[in-house]
Amino acid sequence: MTMQPASTEIASRTAAIIQELKGLEGPLLPILHEIQEEFGHVPQAALPVIADGLNLSRAEVHGVVTFYHDFRARPAGRHVLKLCQAEACQSMGSDAVAAKIKQLLGIGFHETTRDGSVTLEPVYCLGLCACSPSAMLDGEVIGRLDDEKIDEILAEVRS
Amino acid sequence: MIPRIYIPGDSGALALGAEKVAKAVRAELAERGIEAKIVRNGSRGAYFLEPMVEVATEKGRVAYGPVKPSDVKSLFDSGFLTGGHHKRWLGAPDKIPFLAKQTRLTFARCGINDPLSLDAYKSLGGLKGLQNAVAMAPADIVKQVTDSGLRGRGGAGFPTGIKWKTVLDTTSERKYIVCNADEGDSATFADRMIMEGDPFVLIEGMAIAGIATGATKGFVYIRSEYPHAVATMNKAVEIARKAGVLGVNVLGSPNAFDMEIRVGAGAYVCGEETSLLNSLEGKRGVVRAKPPLPAIQGLFGKPTVINNVISLASVPIIMDKGAAFYKDFGMGRSRGTIPIQIAGNVRNGGLFETAFGLTLGEIVDDIGGGTSTGRPVKAVQVGGPLGAYFPRALFDTPFDYEEFAKRDGLIGHAGITVFDDTADMLKQARFAMEFCAIESCGKCTPCRIGSTRGVETIDRLAAGIEPEKNLALVTDLCNTMKFGSLCALGGFTPYPVMSSITHFPEDFKPAPARVAAE
Repeated sequence: MTMQPASTEIASRTAAIIQELKGLEGPLLPILHEIQEEFGHVPQAALPVIADGLNLSRAEVHGVVTFYHDFRARPAGRHVLKLCQAEACQSMGSDAVAAKIKQLLGIGFHETTRDGSVTLEPVYCLGLCACSPSAMLDGEVIGRLDDEKIDEILAEVRS
Repeated sequence: MIPRIYIPGDSGALALGAEKVAKAVRAELAERGIEAKIVRNGSRGAYFLEPMVEVATEKGRVAYGPVKPSDVKSLFDSGFLTGGHHKRWLGAPDKIPFLAKQTRLTFARCGINDPLSLDAYKSLGGLKGLQNAVAMAPADIVKQVTDSGLRGRGGAGFPTGIKWKTVLDTTSERKYIVCNADEGDSATFADRMIMEGDPFVLIEGMAIAGIATGATKGFVYIRSEYPHAVATMNKAVEIARKAGVLGVNVLGSPNAFDMEIRVGAGAYVCGEETSLLNSLEGKRGVVRAKPPLPAIQGLFGKPTVINNVISLASVPIIMDKGAAFYKDFGMGRSRGTIPIQIAGNVRNGGLFETAFGLTLGEIVDDIGGGTSTGRPVKAVQVGGPLGAYFPRALFDTPFDYEEFAKRDGLIGHAGITVFDDTADMLKQARFAMEFCAIESCGKCTPCRIGSTRGVETIDRLAAGIEPEKNLALVTDLCNTMKFGSLCALGGFTPYPVMSSITHFPEDFKPAPARVAAE
């Protein structure tokens, strides 16, 4: 697993991000996105620094962070595989695709393989509904998932 | 003339391998020592033909598709740079039946050129609407939009001009234009296509909205599931700013308008306008009670126009060609065109912009070509996860806000998901409740608790436990959610649930009977 930065380091890097973005109107979401970009998740140690920097209570910051599905409390695996589970993909067998991938990786949704190679997540629509079933691997979009494409994905996350 | 090859950079095309095709084309050009320009255009929306590669020839564009990387060598062998014949040959793109049958107003330019070329945008009529607007009084712009009959394309169908008039008439030192690009409904991708394929039309529409209402700042709130759209919009805003389309003097006029792109964080409910405003302000994306209307107290408590991408992107053509031109299309109180997104288990999936009024059957059977699996169509969900499931018996319903409402449905953001006869409608009804439970903001009880109880009750139905009692319970629960929820998430979840129960009662029979029937 990757080394976790010390909380003092988290605090100083977080403070720099806040300094850069606090001039925006409604800066909290852009700041949280930037923090997740920096650390791969939103560390607990960053929350009091944000609260202080934006003159919010810690509870308010905690409330916002936990409201949104995107913000992670812990780092993800080296790869993140999102499988669309919304209706258009359901109509093209996304259930079966998800079941197969879960079985091959030995994990369920919201879980990471023990070797830390991949985190599997459901997503509700990637806007690729005329190319169902679809997925996103580390930001790259994949449509019309079939056995061949599933094999390619698994080869990539395991390499 | 250096040959020009168009390979879409739209994420739908990328999902089908456009990047690999581009790589193969580059390699083939290098190997054959041919000089050519590769343009990464948007998508024209015929996804069953993507990746669709086009070449500019002396006789106009010639399209090939769907192109696989393995086709590239033989394309060159067949002389595709001059429009030569090949098994993937489609001819002139605007003659392809799926595209030829459309009426493209909002999507007139989408997929034709490099989306980030402002010159290409202007060469196809771009900025004319804004040029007209800067010379007009705000009230006259609002009147044009009102007269055009344009209604909110996000789903609610509220007249856009009336919303703008409220903001114009509300006095404030600061006002905002907010574009709702949190396109979370399954089966919809029109917003994504515009942002990736013709971003300047959205920027132009927002600038017009700003001038019309006295707002000087705009935000586009794009969902995080659309990284390509975010990237394209950010670049386009930068280009528009440098070119003076945005800034303190829009197109050299005394009007100031500038905008920012903001990214959501995976909450479906933020597509609801008040929850989106809270999210933009940096709060939890919980729904606000209305009144006050956002037009009076919106973003940071200031008067705010909040419109869907397609509503705003339809404004430039109205300001260019006039209200009467736009209003001439459509039927009843549904005026203009609507980009219908045909998705799911369908042969010809893609975006089909047309005047209101086609029947559901024409859309699914004639244009969509039936299912991609070749099996009979069982159900069609119209309007995303909060839309009703329609059986074949209702395929005569015309695509129109009021006609769909009459049949206990909605057109929403005009996405259509086709299901073949293997679909289990009890499972679909359960999913609707489950999705509502996952995405509920938690503010109101019918949505937060009702959806969870809904999943449990449908599970009991599936297990054959007291079916009559549980069916009555689901119906009663849907009634409570429909009338007691604060917003459309809890309020419209009953549409997919009740339409499944009403139109497909056989799928809700107790489990032993269902097995025996198969």
